Amino acid sequence: MTFLRESYIVFRRQMRMNLRNPAWVIIGMLQPVLYLFLFGPLLKPLADQFGADNAYTFFVPGLLVQLGIFGAFFAGFSLIAEWRDGVIEAERVTPASRTALLVGRLMRDVSQLFVQALILVGLGYVLGMRASWRGVVLGISLTLLLGAACAAASNALALSTKSEDVMAPVINMVMMPVLLLSGILLPMTLGPTWLIRASDFMPTRWVVDAVRGSFDGTFASSAMLWGIAWTLVLFTGALWWGTSTFRKENA
Amino acid sequence: MIHARGLVQTFETKQGRTKTEVRAVDDVDLDVAEGEVVGFLGPNGAGKTTTLRMLTTLLRPTAGTATVAGYDVVREAEQVRRSIGYVSQSGSTGGTARAGDEVMDHGMLYGMSSEDARRRGRELFDQLELDGLWDRQPKSMSGGQRRRLDIAMGLIHEPSLVFLDEPTTGLDPQARANLWTHIADLRDRRGATVLLTTHYLDEADHLSDRIVVIDHGKIVASDTPDNLKAQVSGDLVDLEVADAAHVATAAERLGTVASDVEVDVQHVRGRVQRAGVVIPGLLRDLDQAGITLTSIEVRRPTLDDVFLTVTGRSLRDG
Repeated sequence: MTFLRESYIVFRRQMRMNLRNPAWVIIGMLQPVLYLFLFGPLLKPLADQFGADNAYTFFVPGLLVQLGIFGAFFAGFSLIAEWRDGVIEAERVTPASRTALLVGRLMRDVSQLFVQALILVGLGYVLGMRASWRGVVLGISLTLLLGAACAAASNALALSTKSEDVMAPVINMVMMPVLLLSGILLPMTLGPTWLIRASDFMPTRWVVDAVRGSFDGTFASSAMLWGIAWTLVLFTGALWWGTSTFRKENA
Repeated sequence: MIHARGLVQTFETKQGRTKTEVRAVDDVDLDVAEGEVVGFLGPNGAGKTTTLRMLTTLLRPTAGTATVAGYDVVREAEQVRRSIGYVSQSGSTGGTARAGDEVMDHGMLYGMSSEDARRRGRELFDQLELDGLWDRQPKSMSGGQRRRLDIAMGLIHEPSLVFLDEPTTGLDPQARANLWTHIADLRDRRGATVLLTTHYLDEADHLSDRIVVIDHGKIVASDTPDNLKAQVSGDLVDLEVADAAHVATAAERLGTVASDVEVDVQHVRGRVQRAGVVIPGLLRDLDQAGITLTSIEVRRPTLDDVFLTVTGRSLRDG
């Protein structure tokens, strides 16, 4: 109970600060819209080539996962600013649970992602995407878990490095292969065998496949199992990492 | 309120490939009684903040034990946190949040209800001359206001023991003097026990019952401000004599109340115990002898002087 209350206090504080910043709200909302309108049309004529009968049913899940990963990866930057202001230390000197200090912030990132996901999926339907509501619920759930994982990792990285100069190149280094080997924008099946094999080692490719599968209704596949399994592994691992960083006496 | 024994904190620093162990705090014993105001004095990097961070549960001691407000800082960290207020050097509020929200949220993290936190926050804003700033963003406040807001954050849950880390560093003299009255109120009006760190001797002198001098992670002196300063040979009095012919007489007169008198062209300098008491008489004396002064300067013993006395070396020798 106390834990939930403390997480909520931290969450409310974060939301209040974010919502007061109109740039943050507008950019956050605009991101999925721009992707959908500026990249979607490029994909439409290609859809047949890689065997998707509906370009948006293929494309929206990829975008969803991209939003989840990339938006959340940047969450740590605001934590560094807060650390510099002394906020983290002020919170750590209260009896509040250290885990709540992290969870409250993750709740902010996940709610932001949730709103973006709703906009993206809503617009997808408008543009002609066909997906069952069950599939959409599962897809969004997987995305939120993955987003929480990335936000937790980003926060952990921020609190251990405490420097934007270290964070930025690390995130770039991680994001490039994630973007290229997950089949977010184009399916990996278009590539040569060696590239497909390489992408097998990219956990997020499985997540993208699973979200895609859930949208087009192929629930009972091994790709779906792998995707769900990887999501849970990443979520648990990152949460553990984040929690232990926040709990560390010397952070 | 505080009993620390053998506190040690070591850090590893890397220079190229060689790792060296730095003992930031080296075997510190510290006792602070209830209702006492103790000034923790030392140059930058002496280990003041590190000691404070161990006592406030922010840093686990490498070795040694400490009980704060009756609780062990390692095993009973949560109870320690409940009992203490901490005003850190780096601030405590988000620049873009609103002052009142920050104080309320902070109180609620201590388990206060939102009504209690609001009521108490409003009270503190009144007492700390922050009225009208409830909705202000900390980044648009003056340095002095921000420090007072940090103090409000530290006092929201009415702690009986308050830690202040370099409370007036970077403030202009007026803001500093103003903050001093608020810090003095912590004990005088709230009955709190206070441990503050500073590298200003006048600050420690003005505020504390007892000064603990720390250097290279070790405590080198612990005494009342008066006793510490008594160890220094006194205030430096510098007289500038108008007429060069009177320099010798002036030196002789100064010599009746001062030690270590020296003459430097038209300047006559000497060390005087309690210059404030002695100078009126000295001035009358010089006046009667027909000596006119161009200027008079009195310098109180500085941290440098105390330091020189207790460590045998000047701060600047490093």
